[in-house]
Amino acid sequence: MCGIVGLFLKRPGQEASLGAHLAVMLATMRDRGPDSAGFAIYGTENEYIKLTLRGAAEADLQGLADMLDVRVDLLSTHAVLHAPVEKFPAIREKLGSLPGITIVGAGRRMVLFKEVGLPEDVAARFGLPRMAGTHGIGHTRMATESAVTTDGAHPYTTGMDQCLVHNGSLSNHNSVRRRLIREGLHFETENDTEVAAAYLSWRMREGDSLETALYASLNDLDGFFTFVVGTRTGFAVLRDPISCKPAVLAETDDWVAFGSEYRALVDLPGIENARVWEPVPARVYAWEHAA
Amino acid sequence: MNVATIDLAEHPTRTLNAALHALRSDTNETYWRVLNPRGKHALAAGVDAPVRVEIAGHAGYYCAGMNKHATVVIEGNAGNGVAENMMSGHVLVQGDASAAAGATAHGGFLVIRGNAAARCGISMKGVDIVVGGNVGHMSAFMAQAGTLTVLGDAGENLGDSIFEAEIFVRGTVASLGSDCIEKPMRAEHVAALAARLRESGFEYADPATFRRYGSARKLYHFRSDNAGAY
Repeated sequence: MCGIVGLFLKRPGQEASLGAHLAVMLATMRDRGPDSAGFAIYGTENEYIKLTLRGAAEADLQGLADMLDVRVDLLSTHAVLHAPVEKFPAIREKLGSLPGITIVGAGRRMVLFKEVGLPEDVAARFGLPRMAGTHGIGHTRMATESAVTTDGAHPYTTGMDQCLVHNGSLSNHNSVRRRLIREGLHFETENDTEVAAAYLSWRMREGDSLETALYASLNDLDGFFTFVVGTRTGFAVLRDPISCKPAVLAETDDWVAFGSEYRALVDLPGIENARVWEPVPARVYAWEHAA
Repeated sequence: MNVATIDLAEHPTRTLNAALHALRSDTNETYWRVLNPRGKHALAAGVDAPVRVEIAGHAGYYCAGMNKHATVVIEGNAGNGVAENMMSGHVLVQGDASAAAGATAHGGFLVIRGNAAARCGISMKGVDIVVGGNVGHMSAFMAQAGTLTVLGDAGENLGDSIFEAEIFVRGTVASLGSDCIEKPMRAEHVAALAARLRESGFEYADPATFRRYGSARKLYHFRSDNAGAY
């Protein structure tokens, strides 16, 4: 099962409403995935790299902020650290050496939160309805092959400002993971979706566009999947050639939205007049803002 | 005529379906409007009365499933499995239909004005399906009886492992599945197709421009030549 959602705002001036819309979409997909949820939001770019962290106790965070001389915002079980670009490599290395702290995501624009619990509760605890941004993706999980843990929740990220949510399962993820480890990719979990995220990161590192990387995944990833991918400027959707997993796209002049089911989209403004269609198998649908 | 209206913004799906299931075959409440469907699942599933039900918008999964006698009109798109296992009656989708439209349906008439996704008419058992647009891959997979008529194009592996259903396609066929072959369009096929096109509101399509596909009957008949293989 599992539910996935995505929202890409096409025109400037709507950013303040992104989180509120995505929260409703996520909550509607609870029926497809009630055990955990997660989302990534692409917000305003500034001089900082945002590091979303998990595992630090509240008391430790202030010490961390003082020690690294950076701003750290606590959001429930996660925290967002604002690292000046020049200090980012050193800060990331330092964080890596601290026990218990996991870097959930990093990017100029992306923040990423995931936790066990009902999707509406997860959205509320991180304050999703108040988050602003140009695009975001989310996932509601019904665990089938691994335990209900925060590590098992989506989205997965393996590159700056890159993340992926997935409905389905991959059967050759172990062999692809071994190959990607040889290519220098780093994995946090045994999860199949993390392999898909790393695969795309690897292809893009080697020069592929997101679209080319996704088309390549059709040859290299075996299994069934609907992917929704976020990058710093873009948003893309791909279904495997058999397309067991559902997918609905809708588009107006103002936005593009993805839902596992049309139900996820019914509260979006202007949905009555949106073009609503089912993405065809093995075709990449991508939207991008001017960088 | 009285119109019975159920607004799903105010009532759960169960209220709608319980009211429809309670109808007897001689009911006077023959015209139903369903407002604010908002992609909900199982709308008007299991109706067994000669009534008309109009869904005012997009429907979710299994709309009009198991339909018997009723006419169900979806004024938008339909999700997976519309008219699944229909026994009789009419189902009209004014937009597109998702995967497995008309799956396993035994009878009745399913018309999709737009496109149908993968596996349209999978394991169909006697239904007549007419699709105004294209159908996705694996349509009419293991289709046993009935007809699938496609005014647009058909995706890969059309009619794979087909039994005795008949397929008519006006556009291109990406590929035929195992044991599915093109067959000649004879006068009786053109006449029957013309009648189905009229009944489904596609009378503008010239039946002579369709090609007919069906079973080569090599897969489901045991060949004694192969006896030694077992």
